[in-house]
Amino acid sequence: MDLLRIERFIWKSIMDTRERPLSPHLQVYKPQLTSILSIMHRVTGVALAAGTCLLVWWLVVIALGGEYYTIMQNIMGSWYGRLALLGWSFALFYHLCNGIRHLFWDMGVGLELRRAYQSGWLVIGAAILLTLGTWTYAYQSVGAL
Amino acid sequence: MSLRTDLGKVRGLGSAKEGVGHWWSQRLTAIALIPLLIWLIASIVPLAGAEVRIVREWISEPVNSVLLLSLIVAVFHHAQLGLQVVIEDYVHTVWLKLASLIVVKFLAFGLSTTSIFAVLKIAFSG
Repeated sequence: MDLLRIERFIWKSIMDTRERPLSPHLQVYKPQLTSILSIMHRVTGVALAAGTCLLVWWLVVIALGGEYYTIMQNIMGSWYGRLALLGWSFALFYHLCNGIRHLFWDMGVGLELRRAYQSGWLVIGAAILLTLGTWTYAYQSVGAL
Repeated sequence: MSLRTDLGKVRGLGSAKEGVGHWWSQRLTAIALIPLLIWLIASIVPLAGAEVRIVREWISEPVNSVLLLSLIVAVFHHAQLGLQVVIEDYVHTVWLKLASLIVVKFLAFGLSTTSIFAVLKIAFSG
């Protein structure tokens, strides 16, 4: 091999290294409850960060008062507003419940595989129940139930 | 042999020079947000569909104003800490990572000061 070919070979291997798939090779894993809940914690966290703009919007329109508040009420009261709020409330309850699960893990509690699965199902159940409960309460408050 | 004392090693704070500071702030704000969010949801759900006057009255109650301000500080701090980790994990282009971090931190700061100002304005104008 001449020098040029050696150089090309080295460059090619560097490029190959860069193109290699990176760990953790998610596509070869069978989806598990624990891994799905883990990524859901991130997804809901990011969604909630964006959703916090709703809180800012709410406070600002109340401070502005009058028609601005009515406009927000109309938008959030529409079917797409309610759908967004439904997603927002479920994300919040999920992140809250799973966050508590994480705090227990931080204290070294419930790290055994069996317990991690149990608490995982508990978090899903609690998040669904809290979401349903909140919406029942909301509809009762506006007199729709 | 290292000449550093055990205490010095512990205080070395690792490559980021902040030790467990980020991790600890994330947990502290998480713990604070558990009661604050339960309180917020239990309080604002009955206000659904209410007139703006009633909502203003609720916010201007001193206890509610203080709890709302605490929630705003905790929520935005928690959010920007979390988004920082997500950005650091997934954005590997240096300039894009830095730009995203700056945007996230500035947004969190700006939105929290806006919310704080709104609460104070409502609280002090009755």
